Amino acid sequence: MGKHLVIDPITRIEGHLRIEAILDENNTVIDAYSSSTMWRGIEIIMKGRDPRDVPLLAMRICGVCTGTHYYTSTQTVEHALGIIPPKNARLVRNLIQGSLYIHDHVVHFYHLHALDWVDIVSALKADPAKAASEAKKWANMLTDPLTGSTVQPWNAGEGQFKAVQDRLKKFVKAGRLGPFANAYWGNRSYKLTPEQNLVAVSHYLDALDMQREMAKLMAIFGGKNPHPQSLVVGGVTCVLDIQNPARIGHFKDILMRSREFIYRAYLPDLLMAGAVYADEALKGIGKGLGNYMAYGDFRMDDNDWYKGELLFPQGVVLNMDLSTVYDLDQSKITEDVTHSWYEYSVNQPLHPYEGQTKPKYTGFRKDGTVDPDGKYSWIKSPIYDDKRVEVGPLARMVVGYARGNERIKHYVDWLLTSGNLPVQVLFSTVGRTAARAVETAVMVDVMIEWVDQLAKNVASGDLSTWTEFDFEALTKGKELKGYGLTEAPRGALGHWIKIKDGKVENYQAVVPSTWNAAPRDYKNRMGAYEASLIGTVLSDPDQPLEILRTIHSFDPCIACAVHVIDVKGKELGVYKLEPIGGACNV
Amino acid sequence: MQPFSREYLREIFTKPTNYINTNRGKKYYDNLYRKMERRLAELKRQRPVKETEIRFEELLESWELTRRDFLKWVSATTAMLMLPPQFEPLVAQAAEVMNRVPIIWINIQDCAGNTEALLRSASPSVDELILEYLSVEYHEVIMAAAGDQAEQNLEKAVRDFEGKYILFVEGAIPVGMPEAFTIGRHAKTGVEHLKHLAEHSAAVIAVGSCAAFGGVPAAYPNPTGAVGVMDIVKGKPVVNIPACPANPANITGVVIHYILTGELPELDSLLRPKFAFGFRIHDNCERRAHFDAGEFVEEWGDYGAKNSFCLYKMGCKGPFTFNNCSLIKYNEGINWPVGVGRGCIGCSEPDFWDKYATERPVARSPIQPPAGRGVESGVDEFGLGLLTAAAIGIGIHAVASALAGKRNQDKDTE
Repeated sequence: MGKHLVIDPITRIEGHLRIEAILDENNTVIDAYSSSTMWRGIEIIMKGRDPRDVPLLAMRICGVCTGTHYYTSTQTVEHALGIIPPKNARLVRNLIQGSLYIHDHVVHFYHLHALDWVDIVSALKADPAKAASEAKKWANMLTDPLTGSTVQPWNAGEGQFKAVQDRLKKFVKAGRLGPFANAYWGNRSYKLTPEQNLVAVSHYLDALDMQREMAKLMAIFGGKNPHPQSLVVGGVTCVLDIQNPARIGHFKDILMRSREFIYRAYLPDLLMAGAVYADEALKGIGKGLGNYMAYGDFRMDDNDWYKGELLFPQGVVLNMDLSTVYDLDQSKITEDVTHSWYEYSVNQPLHPYEGQTKPKYTGFRKDGTVDPDGKYSWIKSPIYDDKRVEVGPLARMVVGYARGNERIKHYVDWLLTSGNLPVQVLFSTVGRTAARAVETAVMVDVMIEWVDQLAKNVASGDLSTWTEFDFEALTKGKELKGYGLTEAPRGALGHWIKIKDGKVENYQAVVPSTWNAAPRDYKNRMGAYEASLIGTVLSDPDQPLEILRTIHSFDPCIACAVHVIDVKGKELGVYKLEPIGGACNV
Repeated sequence: MQPFSREYLREIFTKPTNYINTNRGKKYYDNLYRKMERRLAELKRQRPVKETEIRFEELLESWELTRRDFLKWVSATTAMLMLPPQFEPLVAQAAEVMNRVPIIWINIQDCAGNTEALLRSASPSVDELILEYLSVEYHEVIMAAAGDQAEQNLEKAVRDFEGKYILFVEGAIPVGMPEAFTIGRHAKTGVEHLKHLAEHSAAVIAVGSCAAFGGVPAAYPNPTGAVGVMDIVKGKPVVNIPACPANPANITGVVIHYILTGELPELDSLLRPKFAFGFRIHDNCERRAHFDAGEFVEEWGDYGAKNSFCLYKMGCKGPFTFNNCSLIKYNEGINWPVGVGRGCIGCSEPDFWDKYATERPVARSPIQPPAGRGVESGVDEFGLGLLTAAAIGIGIHAVASALAGKRNQDKDTE
């Protein structure tokens, strides 16, 4: 046997993650373990609170997919109470959540993921004039789906590239590389030409500015970013902002500039990287489980919860077979703790409503590595209908495509045809990254429709932003339960709540990175990260570049994944805590 | 004294409040000016962190910023630090020597919200330049290296900048359950990680309410026994920049102040810089006139909501919360929680999840706070009305200011 790699911390992600991989003598990954190393216990904290206050707390599960847990938690409580927010609130929520998508996907591609594909140091050798024609080449392969005109490259003149290169040279010459120090520059697995690297680095810097603008989209109707504050159970509070045409105008202005960046920089850069790394994709590097699940999200009408049309349809596709889509049934979701640092009172996976969690930390082995036969992660192993599945933009695009959803099919085919790429390219690390880019295009274009609908609805005199309800009457002496099934940028997100006599009795969240970053399950079947690493070849076993590439393609968000707990108060004893109040000793 | 005895409350209500004094007289400012000049001269003599000197003018140029943009930023920052305009040249000089301050940023029980906030730093956009111009030696969310290489970078920075780097901490530290956070090949716990890095630092800055006061993980019943940085780090200067997340302008403000004076800014008893946390949200709220006129939003989306009435009855905790949100807002002044009609949840105050983050005014909050720790338990006990409840906020500030005032006196007499 070859080498046992330990990579901790995995950087350029949200949260704390350790990956271990076993290499054979050819430096090919033959086994892998994903371990999450941080835990907070947010669901215990939710217990006993007023359900109307829980969404703000739920949002703090994650500051990167900020707002997404807020949105989902609000929906969860509304579903339990049987409330449908008014049309304006639906549109505002779609816009806030949509803003998160475009911001998050751009930041992921450039600032969290790009350095796995792009060699900054190589860009120093580039010819700026050739870089300009390179940028033009990839942009010109695209035709704007709304206007029909040929896409022109973003900020891509020879002079611009020269200036960026000079700045880089100065930075490298200065000696201390700061965040870029001691990385994997020069690794053989970097395949872009110096000119291509320069184009990408230039857009990396532009994206820093753009993301700051994109974050304002959320702040206009959300109050701030990160952690917006305008959603309440029953609707939204930003009535002053939606009735102000200048606000809507400002929103649309930033949205259109964001769209420019997405179409002229992000998508061409993706095509460029996709083409260069297409051979790996076609070999299926990073393919993983091959099972995809989407809960579906973004309500397109005002029908009851889970009864209307959604932008991203729900469904499950198994074994990469696009000919069959299974309907999603939330009752088939269970979680298993065989390899997680928890224990159950029964020996079987449990549905989130019945979920129980008793932390049982067993640590690492004496040599400092995970124990593959025992427990090794703070993440539980979720299972759908006794299958391990992957969630995320790729799952959403695959399910939408297999469902024949016109909008999704149109955009996926558009990008693949533009880059002369076959559909099989999607089932890979590259495919995961490409699916995220297609989705960004879908999102920014549909947001134009939503903001226009909002303006029109307000102009017609509808200023309703909140559905009135009598909380006391709805909850007094009653037991209610509900769920919120949505799509975070990183994939399918579910919250489950039980309310008893107006207080939270139990709260559970099964989040995208729970599905993807989970350890093995009770049948010893791998989680999505683990499965996706098998067969990956490392060009230098001391530089885990190829592993980072595949793990980053999922856009890990680990703090989200590790907090799932339902504690009967008595179990708190294991933490050697002094109970501070009475409420926990139920 | 019992925390909520009548005597205690009477005492804090009758104490004079002690807001930041922005006019301390010529002598004070002359002294401060000389001190800052000496400090800057000393910094200029130091070898830069980067091996080659980068000229600030060139850097501005490469960022396509004019001298005029830069001076605008200088004026805004000087004002935010509560310094008179004659300090502007010093603030400008401070920005120019900032590349001498190495930064290590670590995340423990966090959500990365403060990191994300820092990425939005932009008011005006030269803030970002300054931050990039700092020598960011370690930051897991943005750094290219991972695993062993990341750990090597961290240890190298500690060696190279022994006693000189500023340690930024994001997230709480699980003391009751150390295994709830481990990092690195050797699975160090959060406490070990923090203690080690704090020991070799010049100062520690706790960014966000989790690092400052325990925040979310420490909310009742605090399952992992989480605490803030100041409960762990001893013998080093600690500054808290709370809020959920911290406003990036306040982070920059603290760093500039440190460079200017070599000292941390004036702090309140909760170790928060007074330039940012010296007044209540309520004091400068754009809806304040409606509070005074007794015009309140009574229900989400009602007539009052459409007319910008006061949000106090909908649970706004502006009267209890010390922060500068009502002045500088968020995302380049685009909006803020009161502007968006929701109100303040008190996110820069200790224990705000248990005390303030509800849709109801404190006196009617049905949440049972940890015994003996919540303000509202006192309110319920004594049957005080809404306005008195607001006064408790003022009273608490009075106590805080009195303590901080003592510290300042000590400093001033030096």
